[in-house]
Amino acid sequence: MTYREAQRRLVNGFMLSLTGVCALFTVSVLFFILGYLLWNGGTSLNWDFFTKLPKPVGESGGGMANAIVGSGKLIFLASLIGIPVGFLGGVYLAEFGSGSFSFVVRYTTDLLNGVPSIVMGIFAYAMIVLPQRHFSTLAGGAALGVMMIPVTIRSTEEFLKAVPDALREGAMALGASKSKAIITVVIPAAIQGILTGIMLGIARIAGETAPLLFTSFSNRYWSPGWNQPIASLPVMIFTYAVSPYEDWHRQAWSAGFVLLSLVLVINTVARVLLSKGGYGRR
Amino acid sequence: MAAGDPMQTPMKHPTPKVDNVGLAIHQNEPRPTAAAEGAKISTREVKFYYGDFEALHGITLSIARNRVTAFIGPSGCGKSTFLRILNRMHENVSKTRAVGEVLLDGYDIFGMEVSALRRRVGMVFQKSNPFPKSIFDNIAYGPRINGYSGKGTLAEIVERSLRRAALWDEVKDKLHESAYSLSGGQQQRLCIARALAVDPEVLLLDEPCSALDPIATGKIEELIFQLKRSCTIVIVTHNMQQAARVADYTGFFLLGNLIEFNDTRIMFTNPSKKETEDYVTGRFG
Amino acid sequence: MRPSPSWLSPKKRRQLLRSSNHSMFTPATRASRHDSSAPARSFVQRLRTGDEAAFLITLVCAASIVVITVLLVVELYSASAASRHRFGWSFLFSRTWDPVAGDFGALAFIYGTLVTSALALLLAVPLGVGAAIFLAELARRRVSDYLTFLIELLAAVPSVIYGLLAIFVLVPILRTIEPGLRAVLGFLPLFQGPFYGVSLFSAGVVLAIMIVPFIISISREVLLAVPLEQREGALALGATKWESTWQVVVPFARTGIIGSIFLALARALGETMAVTMVIGNQPAINTSLFAPGYSIAAVIANEFTEATGDLYISALIQLGLVLFALTMIINAAARLLILATEKKGARR
Repeated sequence: MTYREAQRRLVNGFMLSLTGVCALFTVSVLFFILGYLLWNGGTSLNWDFFTKLPKPVGESGGGMANAIVGSGKLIFLASLIGIPVGFLGGVYLAEFGSGSFSFVVRYTTDLLNGVPSIVMGIFAYAMIVLPQRHFSTLAGGAALGVMMIPVTIRSTEEFLKAVPDALREGAMALGASKSKAIITVVIPAAIQGILTGIMLGIARIAGETAPLLFTSFSNRYWSPGWNQPIASLPVMIFTYAVSPYEDWHRQAWSAGFVLLSLVLVINTVARVLLSKGGYGRR
Repeated sequence: MAAGDPMQTPMKHPTPKVDNVGLAIHQNEPRPTAAAEGAKISTREVKFYYGDFEALHGITLSIARNRVTAFIGPSGCGKSTFLRILNRMHENVSKTRAVGEVLLDGYDIFGMEVSALRRRVGMVFQKSNPFPKSIFDNIAYGPRINGYSGKGTLAEIVERSLRRAALWDEVKDKLHESAYSLSGGQQQRLCIARALAVDPEVLLLDEPCSALDPIATGKIEELIFQLKRSCTIVIVTHNMQQAARVADYTGFFLLGNLIEFNDTRIMFTNPSKKETEDYVTGRFG
Repeated sequence: MRPSPSWLSPKKRRQLLRSSNHSMFTPATRASRHDSSAPARSFVQRLRTGDEAAFLITLVCAASIVVITVLLVVELYSASAASRHRFGWSFLFSRTWDPVAGDFGALAFIYGTLVTSALALLLAVPLGVGAAIFLAELARRRVSDYLTFLIELLAAVPSVIYGLLAIFVLVPILRTIEPGLRAVLGFLPLFQGPFYGVSLFSAGVVLAIMIVPFIISISREVLLAVPLEQREGALALGATKWESTWQVVVPFARTGIIGSIFLALARALGETMAVTMVIGNQPAINTSLFAPGYSIAAVIANEFTEATGDLYISALIQLGLVLFALTMIINAAARLLILATEKKGARR
């Protein structure tokens, strides 16, 4: 073997191993995050966390019951806004759309998808908080809901388009009108993918903090109705993490663990379902 | 049903003097023309456009009641296009236009509600397309969306359709399994059963056997013989032998024109047009 | 004519009766030139089939996206009016951020945003492209799929969780390696000056970890899409695996990889929470990476609720407008690049 050949083989081995190191490093970051949160957050998790309200500033103890419920309410409201609009918009793009209007819709969907979440917060602030002159669950839910729409539209469109035209033709040849064919055949065929797309959308907004900072703000107590500021897990994590109190740091870890578990579980389940078949599998 | 019910007594209209291109009746053959037998479907000067391009140049023919009519011709000659006009499936594609007259039992199909037309004129496609549902739900789909309401008889309809499609014995124990668990040939017979479930008067078959092996093909051809007793069948095929086997009447399409339309025996043994003869003797494909 | 089947419901039977009644009076005997492109059905008939209603409902939902986006831009523009009128374009170039005096300028935040994003890219791109190469070219398909699945989970981790870990884990780690860095790179003004943990540097590192999954996932897909013939061509000429990958496959996928980098950049620019928690929150421009700084998203997050006075808030909203414009441009460029690679692959 000549010197040159040896050098090339050396470089080959070295560089390829380096790429492997990169990949393993990235994956290990995930395990590190999970492990660390499990250790710090999981171990300090107790029943109080889920059932008690936060204690006054400086006092130790208390929990995040209101934040858990608050996140639930916000996600619920966001889904109410994001899922129907996103789903039906996706149906339009896949089944009825063609031409320049569809192009505009797709383009603005991508645009909206790329808007930083803090800007969405500003939007909801200007549209809801300013006229109402107070923070509210409604504003927070609306901000999150608008963020859900592009994600839902895209995945609905993608999975509806993956259903073969032969099925649509078959249904219409039996006398179904276009909308009947869509409702009775096309959507059921695509429903698995659509639902997983929705799940991924929910997982994404569940962890969003920035748009809530000045829409739903936060609350040390329960927040009945939809018109008051409301506590949420992500905002609590942020507030507690940057505070000087050890006890709050501990609680931030617990909340982080709960939030991350929720998000990762939804993601994993959704992705596993996606890969299991149906039309349009990745 | 009361006498005079429009559903019972069709409006009489004179048998159109159809100008079948190339129609030649041999005096010695006692078989009547399709038109004289009583046309189930008759078309006059049907033209079809993709945008500005004229793909069908004025097709005039009659489909005989309770007979099998085949359309043959090389690929791209327009036979499938024409078939799809008969149940107005061409309307699903944008920028297409069909012009001319198509009558079903004397009624203008373009004046009917399209769902009603498609219940009466069913279609089976080249590649089987069962829905991702159970076998039972596939067959029951047509009756369900066409307004069938009671439950008890739905099972009877499914069984009857599967028997007519010669599939019942093979699937009777697994009606609630997915339709995709069937073989290719079985799936195609399932699609036939599904089309039969709404009790159509006409069945349009668009190259139904082209994706199937010879045994499955044979089963379907056998089926066609049985079905024509209760149904009018129109079949598009690129397989001339198949046309010779199953069809009573055959129409030869070439480049968007109907070159000749006649009794199958005449078409294959004594065609009057040179192009027909060239095609059936295999001089071009 | 056939009697209608007995299972046909009375309602449907009447419907069919109506439709055949309709055609009964259509002059069927005349050789009517019938144009099927204009079906003779009234609006009411079409409405009854549900097609028209379905079309309208879905159209409205689709149109609402456009409406919302337009509304967003309009709101950003009008709510920042006070600040825009006061400062005009000089807003982008002014270093001052003085809420008390009512003088606002975006330069410090633009600087912080760009510096942290640039640092993030500098770290994430080699790491991400390297990992993508491994996953696309070297790993067996199943291994690659599992690892990619895990890496895509990283992309799903919320920003605030990254921030949490950044404050309590990353910053201490950086504190320990800082002397080492200073020793090696201290000749550069970038690595001079005191280091307290929260800094542009820490924010850049956190951002790098956050955007790596995006670079990996898109680059991997783009690399996988490179036709087999390209690799085989190089290998057949005697190239080593690395040479074929680096000199043939990666250049072929270059546009798409650059697209993924742009996309990652767009995300980095808009990242709020993790950055806020470790950047130091000082609206100052320092040449050193070790100094604390501020990004556009971070200042909006921190000061929005404290902002007193219309000018203050409108200045923050103007910052939001700047951020929006910035990410929009980068996203558009990214999409064009990724589209270009797909077309290139498909053409072959």
